Amino acid sequence: MRLEEHPILKFNRGKKVTIFFDGKPVDAYEGETVAAALHAADVYHLSDSHEKHRPRGLFCAIGQCSSCMMVVNGRPNVKICITKVQDGMTIETQIGKGDLGWNTKKS
Amino acid sequence: MEHKEIVVVGGGPAGLCAALQAARMGAQVTLLEGDDRLGGQLVKQTHMFFGSQKQHAGTRGIDIASMLVKQLEEMPNVEIRTNAMVLGRYEDGALTVEENDDFKVIYPKKSIFATGASEKMLMFANNDLPGVFGAGAVQTLMNVYGVMPAKRVLMIGAGNIGLIVSYQLMQAGVEVAAILDAGPRIGGYLVHAAKIRRAGVPIMTRHSIKEALGTDKVTGAVIVQFDEKWQPIPGTEQTVECDAICLAVGLSPFADLFWQAGCEMKFIPELGGHVAARGLDMQTSVEGIYVAGDVGGIEEASSAMVEGYLAGLNAAASLGYGGEQVEQQRHEFETQLNDLRSGPVGEKIRSGLAKLQA
Repeated sequence: MRLEEHPILKFNRGKKVTIFFDGKPVDAYEGETVAAALHAADVYHLSDSHEKHRPRGLFCAIGQCSSCMMVVNGRPNVKICITKVQDGMTIETQIGKGDLGWNTKKS
Repeated sequence: MEHKEIVVVGGGPAGLCAALQAARMGAQVTLLEGDDRLGGQLVKQTHMFFGSQKQHAGTRGIDIASMLVKQLEEMPNVEIRTNAMVLGRYEDGALTVEENDDFKVIYPKKSIFATGASEKMLMFANNDLPGVFGAGAVQTLMNVYGVMPAKRVLMIGAGNIGLIVSYQLMQAGVEVAAILDAGPRIGGYLVHAAKIRRAGVPIMTRHSIKEALGTDKVTGAVIVQFDEKWQPIPGTEQTVECDAICLAVGLSPFADLFWQAGCEMKFIPELGGHVAARGLDMQTSVEGIYVAGDVGGIEEASSAMVEGYLAGLNAAASLGYGGEQVEQQRHEFETQLNDLRSGPVGEKIRSGLAKLQA
């Protein structure tokens, strides 16, 4: 959920854009991270872990812990907490290490 | 390949002040920041700072950040490079940098590493469930992007971060179920704790989390009471309903670059873990590498700023900048640090620093 009013802060959001999470359109604002847009849309389950396939979510939000890696525009292992949204971006739940052949397949 | 005079790694409070001080003395300064904006974790500190006027007490962290950045941008001898993540430091003194998807190699005469810290984890069942957040992540979502990460949060840790983030959650309209701390006392300032208690949120000392509940996302937590030996007391378990668990259980210095540079490292729990050994001048055991801020020991941002000024001063002075004022300014910064670390609040940091200089 997004905060509209805050006693101290003013949120000057950028232009409204659309990103796609597992095919579904999600509202986002230029200048914010993919993590912010997904959490605003109540998406918390970002990937399934390598071995036990347990759900993984956001933990540190500053690019250090590697808990938030997803498939962005077909590319796996992207830390969405430090990746800014772009209009039309596709975001997919990552399963394990993701498909590492992304760069060698058809463009 | 580039050659630079002073390179500061990290654009948080310590790095900003280090760059400012060295530049004021006339040195050519390059500031490298991995993120796309400067300010580090100051950009989400909506509370007013303590300390003295010299460290901007009474001003909100977010405003301190913009003030320092503005001063830095006005200096002609400072080169600010964002989206420039330092990846490594090599034996010949090279820093390797990923800058806007490009790979660069920089040779500095002197470097100041002010890389900050990362959030600590806590061991409990299901601690990997989505909805278990570091306190910093909650602050980032809420204060930088205006996104509420939950409706009802269980806070683990009653140090200053746990207390302040709880208060900020309440300001944003999020309910705080309780604040737990495994220790016998509230670690943070009582002025913060009193504000939270007045709002009716219980602060439970000698309590911690045993298990997170939920399959896809946190739906609650099992908490338990601790005895004097920090062991869980069987039969004291309670279930707390919440949709997020926020961990404010401390920070670890993000010291990778010092390890890579071969600096002498010491494990000092009071400072948060492994830190680079250093002299009073903030120089590590490797000549020309200085340390400032949380990466050299977890403290308040006020201390990080003064450490930054001190490291910047000594790095610039070692290159011959600053003239006659250096001695007096050095004394001034050292006095400010001693003041910030005085009294019962500074006891832990004083004992940690004593081990560092032993």
